[in-house]
Amino acid sequence: MSRPVSSEQPDQPEVHVLGIDGLRVRFGSSLSEAANRAALAFRAALEADAPPGVEEAATSLTSVYLRFSLADTDHAQLAGALQPLLDRQDWYQADLPRGRRLWRVPAVFGTKLAPQLPDVAAKLGLTPEDATAALCAAPLRVQTIGFAPGQPYLGELPPEWDIPRQTDLTPRVPEGALVVAIRQVVLFSVSTPTGWWHVGQTALRLFRPDAAEPFLLRPGDELRFHGVSPEELDNIRDRDPEGGAVSERLD
Amino acid sequence: MAELQVHRAGPGVTLQDMGRTGYLAQGLSRGGAMDRLALVEGAALLGQAAELAAIEIAGSLLSVEADGPVRIALTGAPMRALCDGAPLVWNASHLLPAGARLDLSGARGGYSYLHVGGGVDAPEFLGARSAHLAAGIGAMLQAGDRLALGQDAGRATGQTLTPQARFDGGPLRMIETPQTRLYPQAERERFTQSRFYKDARANRMGQKMVPDGAGFALDTGLTILSEAIVPGDIQITGDGAPYVLLAECQTTGGYPRIGTVLPCDLPRLVQAPADASLSFRFIPIEEAVEAERAEARRRADLSRDLRPLIRDPHDIPDLLAYQLISGVTRGDDLERNAT
Repeated sequence: MSRPVSSEQPDQPEVHVLGIDGLRVRFGSSLSEAANRAALAFRAALEADAPPGVEEAATSLTSVYLRFSLADTDHAQLAGALQPLLDRQDWYQADLPRGRRLWRVPAVFGTKLAPQLPDVAAKLGLTPEDATAALCAAPLRVQTIGFAPGQPYLGELPPEWDIPRQTDLTPRVPEGALVVAIRQVVLFSVSTPTGWWHVGQTALRLFRPDAAEPFLLRPGDELRFHGVSPEELDNIRDRDPEGGAVSERLD
Repeated sequence: MAELQVHRAGPGVTLQDMGRTGYLAQGLSRGGAMDRLALVEGAALLGQAAELAAIEIAGSLLSVEADGPVRIALTGAPMRALCDGAPLVWNASHLLPAGARLDLSGARGGYSYLHVGGGVDAPEFLGARSAHLAAGIGAMLQAGDRLALGQDAGRATGQTLTPQARFDGGPLRMIETPQTRLYPQAERERFTQSRFYKDARANRMGQKMVPDGAGFALDTGLTILSEAIVPGDIQITGDGAPYVLLAECQTTGGYPRIGTVLPCDLPRLVQAPADASLSFRFIPIEEAVEAERAEARRRADLSRDLRPLIRDPHDIPDLLAYQLISGVTRGDDLERNAT
């Protein structure tokens, strides 16, 4: 099986050992739309038709992690079983998985609720209003869910948004915080310290352990933000456990 | 159905089982008991399934009372266990009479487990009963909580077993990660030759390790694209500090991982006292797989190692020092186990 010897082979899926009972199929060592789409499509294919022993599969930005049962298979055997699936099609050209949704999400940009909007706008050479307009105009996709339950990584913002994370940590941002860095947007499912820039605040509850559908978003879903006032966000919190998010099917 | 009433609970007392699988894609890690082996040992002592929920005590204390007779077992980090003031043997099963008070205290760190016959029958969420504190699932137990107990099909008590040694630190086996070779060979060798102690900063997500020398920062300023991480991964943050990720770890991360500790060696890490040194050594993946499979077979057969708690009186030289009631001893088991 392949070992992580040459990591810089662009656009070639590589299979690596990841843990005592796992493999990683990586479609790119840096983030690209095609590698992300390949990972989403490959995981969807595994959901439909997984080789023996696979217990679960999860995507990160450009790779798919497979956890398997050591009672049923091992790394070399499973890597061998994955090869026909990898060879079956050009995963970088694959369609996005079906069942995706478009979510329209209200958010407060700037104000005391999201105090770092002016810092980010200054880095972009924009007014806070124009930076907000650009964020709301950007077509964003859930590239992966991870780190914490229901937490989406959204992308990809235009190239000028390739701003580094802060060198210091913000001690705490609230649940539903909308943060940006490195051409990505993250929405936090829990209150957390972070190095990302806090530019917006939503009322989204991305993980609700007590709800029938505990996870709001799925990888591949699209999001569009629209600005609301802090008072409107308060009203939304009071009346809607989903934080005012409205969805429609995309396929 | 029997109920367990919590009279007193220190911090870090939670309901735990084998965790919930199948939600990594949604960002929810498996969670579950920090020392899974202790769950298996408790299940063997009570002759029941290891998937049932037990109470995990993270180095603090717990006092409970049952409203009916309940079989219990005590495993993991040894504690002082008193039943209405009479000491109980650790790593053994006992009958807790109705209305008797069980007091557990005095752990030297690590994780201790109270198992009940039939398991704790809390509501299932996403296929498990365990609290996942990092995800906001469940909560620490507190005084006044009442826990419903499952139907207990078993009868036997007064069983004991010798736990797998894991309370004194020592070497931990690991395999390479996709990032291991980003570290120069000299650094990898220095890592495996270092001794590590557990930092006081630890929780169910991970354990910070303190090396006896310098840290292990990568000086190349590499940024690694965030990807799947697993319990046992040794993640090195920017300042060079290693963290071993544990049951409630995040599902993805962008820090390099120098190695992944074998799941069957993690109990030795979580149960090591603060003053015990730990070390890490690489083994080939094939050897790691074989070690995991062998440990799975050993755990499946653990009930073969059970033996009755009460010895034949003729074999006990200091007979008068014992009270001949099931599971009651001189009360210094904790001290003797610790040496």
